[in-house]
Amino acid sequence: MAIIGFEEKEFFASGHRACAGCGEALALRHIMKAAGEKTIVAMATGCMEVVSTPYPETAWKVPWVHCAFENAAAVASGVRAALNMKGDKETNVIAIGGDGASFDIGFGALSGAIERGTKFLYIATDNEAYMNTGIQRSGATFPYAATTTSPAGKIIPGKQQPKKPLPFIVASHGVKYVASASVANLPDLKAKVQKALKVNGPTFLHVYVPCIPGWKIDSSTTIEIARKAVETNVFPLYEIEDGVLKFTQKPAEKKQVESYLIMQGRFKHLTPELVKKIQGYVDARFAFLEGIEGKKCFDVLY
Amino acid sequence: MAEKEKAEKVVISGADAIACAVKLCRPKVLPMYPITPSTLVPERLSEFVFNGEMKAEMIHVESEHSAASALYGAYATGVRGFTATASQGLALMHEILPIISASRFPAVMAVANRTLSGPLNIWNDHSDAVSERDQGWIQLYCESAQEAFDTTIMAYKIAETERVSLPVMVCIDGFALSHVYEPVQIEGQSKVDAFLPPYKPHNFLDTSDPKTFGAVAFPNSFFEFHEAEEMAMQEALKVIPKVNEEFGKAFGRKYGDGLVELVEMKNAEYALIGMGTLVGTSRVVVEEMRKQGEKVGLIKLKCLRPFPKDEILQACKKLKGLAVIDRHASLGYEGALTIDLKAALKDEKVKVEGFVAGLGGRDIDVKRLRAAVETIMKGEKGYWLK
Amino acid sequence: MKKQKTKEQAQSGISKTCPGPMVFSKGAVISEPGSTMKYKTGNWRTYKPVIERAKCIKCGICWANCPDAAIKKDSDGTFIVDYDYCKGCLICDKLCPVKAISHGVEQK
Repeated sequence: MAIIGFEEKEFFASGHRACAGCGEALALRHIMKAAGEKTIVAMATGCMEVVSTPYPETAWKVPWVHCAFENAAAVASGVRAALNMKGDKETNVIAIGGDGASFDIGFGALSGAIERGTKFLYIATDNEAYMNTGIQRSGATFPYAATTTSPAGKIIPGKQQPKKPLPFIVASHGVKYVASASVANLPDLKAKVQKALKVNGPTFLHVYVPCIPGWKIDSSTTIEIARKAVETNVFPLYEIEDGVLKFTQKPAEKKQVESYLIMQGRFKHLTPELVKKIQGYVDARFAFLEGIEGKKCFDVLY
Repeated sequence: MAEKEKAEKVVISGADAIACAVKLCRPKVLPMYPITPSTLVPERLSEFVFNGEMKAEMIHVESEHSAASALYGAYATGVRGFTATASQGLALMHEILPIISASRFPAVMAVANRTLSGPLNIWNDHSDAVSERDQGWIQLYCESAQEAFDTTIMAYKIAETERVSLPVMVCIDGFALSHVYEPVQIEGQSKVDAFLPPYKPHNFLDTSDPKTFGAVAFPNSFFEFHEAEEMAMQEALKVIPKVNEEFGKAFGRKYGDGLVELVEMKNAEYALIGMGTLVGTSRVVVEEMRKQGEKVGLIKLKCLRPFPKDEILQACKKLKGLAVIDRHASLGYEGALTIDLKAALKDEKVKVEGFVAGLGGRDIDVKRLRAAVETIMKGEKGYWLK
Repeated sequence: MKKQKTKEQAQSGISKTCPGPMVFSKGAVISEPGSTMKYKTGNWRTYKPVIERAKCIKCGICWANCPDAAIKKDSDGTFIVDYDYCKGCLICDKLCPVKAISHGVEQK
């Protein structure tokens, strides 16, 4: 049964302890609807792991395993190997980690699991900081965003570096399917999860998920902000299939990045000069994507 | 290739002996990462798998941390697994070790004991494994290649005994045993199958019966999970001797009572105690000194965790002095084994002295061990046996 | 394994979230899928969204965008809030295309 095209059944149950309006919890709900019950989830330490499994309760209605912070991809490798030895070719294996777990501490394990050609889908849910430990800067933190370890200081105004281009690094491994997705576009997220799971090899999704306390936003604005991120090209929705990048949703008319920044407390320290710099950063990243659109830019090995 | 049904005697290294035993135990998932001096184990297992002699999936992980993590994933999915490591590799696994044991996964791992850097040193001492003694893993130390082979098979049986359900580390001295060639009786497959039945866990990741592994335990439950592990450790003290006996009946070899082996301890006044290959050298010392009329004995500590306190107490009741050989130093205090023994024997008349020896591959020869015994016979203090 | 709740556990604020005595499973495995539903997050609410049935066009946008799966489809096809779990984030209120959802401060 489906409601407006989505599976009616919930595999990530109510009663989890995520904050009101949590973008990541919404993403998980839909990732699981798309993946279905024949799925094993290996999750990295993070908000979602903590809020969903307070012993003796679990929000999960699929088999789920957590071990540590940096090893979801390695745990998933063990799960897949065991399934192979059991002759189980049907079960989906999905590893999920936040941006800290995926861009930073679990980067090696992710790269290793991909290099080994592991049949699994790795999903990096990105809320652009270490939220579970209290909003610290990660390699995925947006430029000039204020976090507790990249504060809006008098001398240094927030994070000074660009986002690590993890999807392209993954694509460079030779992965057949890499995509960005967002809670702004749930049918697109669903389609990408299902497409990725059909591939007989490693696949990767980079999923944009707003964080209420981390971004200092109102809990009702999760989707509005996510939509704005797509409309301003801050978080473009694309897929790289067989080494070719294609946009899956392109804004009809590009909105100024300021309209995105102004909604969030983490950017409230920005001067007009910094907003201009960020506009330049976003434009340059988007121009790069448009430049490679439709061309075979990555070799495919798996 | 047909499975070998008949036992055969071959001359192989300690590491090879472990690989041969692992093959006979039929693990399904082998996450492996090379590190000296344990590398011979994954090399041999790779040959078995790549030549079709063993049905298992090798996972060529990118680090030991991922080796332990993939082993965790395999056990969560309900299959038997195996990995091997040493030194920095074991240290890198440190984070995952207590998670495997708290999850009550009966994993087996071989450790070719090597010191920890720095300075960088690839040679043997027990710093790597001894540093992990608090992580809920049963630790069994071996003296010979045959014992390494036999202990590996016993390790699975001990670990998978329902009331234990704890992981086991099979420790062999790096180079001194891992790379030393000795005659080893390789048992036939059907005999090993009869001794070690297929692994059938109650809980595993299964889409038809979804369960959650690795939940968050708050202060209202964490303590109880650790208490349960401690109870399982105490059960292991009973199960290990039982498995040792069963192994003896099935294969004609056993190792003391499985926890400790006593050599010339009946009327001994002074004794040496240690783990691993230094026990072999200690046997020579005891034999020599006995010939010279000294009442000297030897306790081989096979099982460091759980600590066989009762067996040690019993063995040391009539002793005047005990020389503890620690192939490891707990910097800032005494060797870990010395600390354990002093605590265990605090109400006994025996005087316990610790001797740190063999760090970073330094030889532990007859002369040094004899010096340790003579020191306690004179009632003098223990020291670093450089 | 102990099955009785100790006095300390009974007094612990956390154990109150779990009805009945705590059972310590081997390896902390949880065998009851979706059991967080025993814990009602409805009392977290500051604001209470209300769906006006007459205005509802049955589009399901509120249902799809709820991070807590706290909106249910009713037998007539309209959507209703499950106040046992609704945390009052008001994403639904914000997204409803026909303004069928309003909110007020939760009366406790």
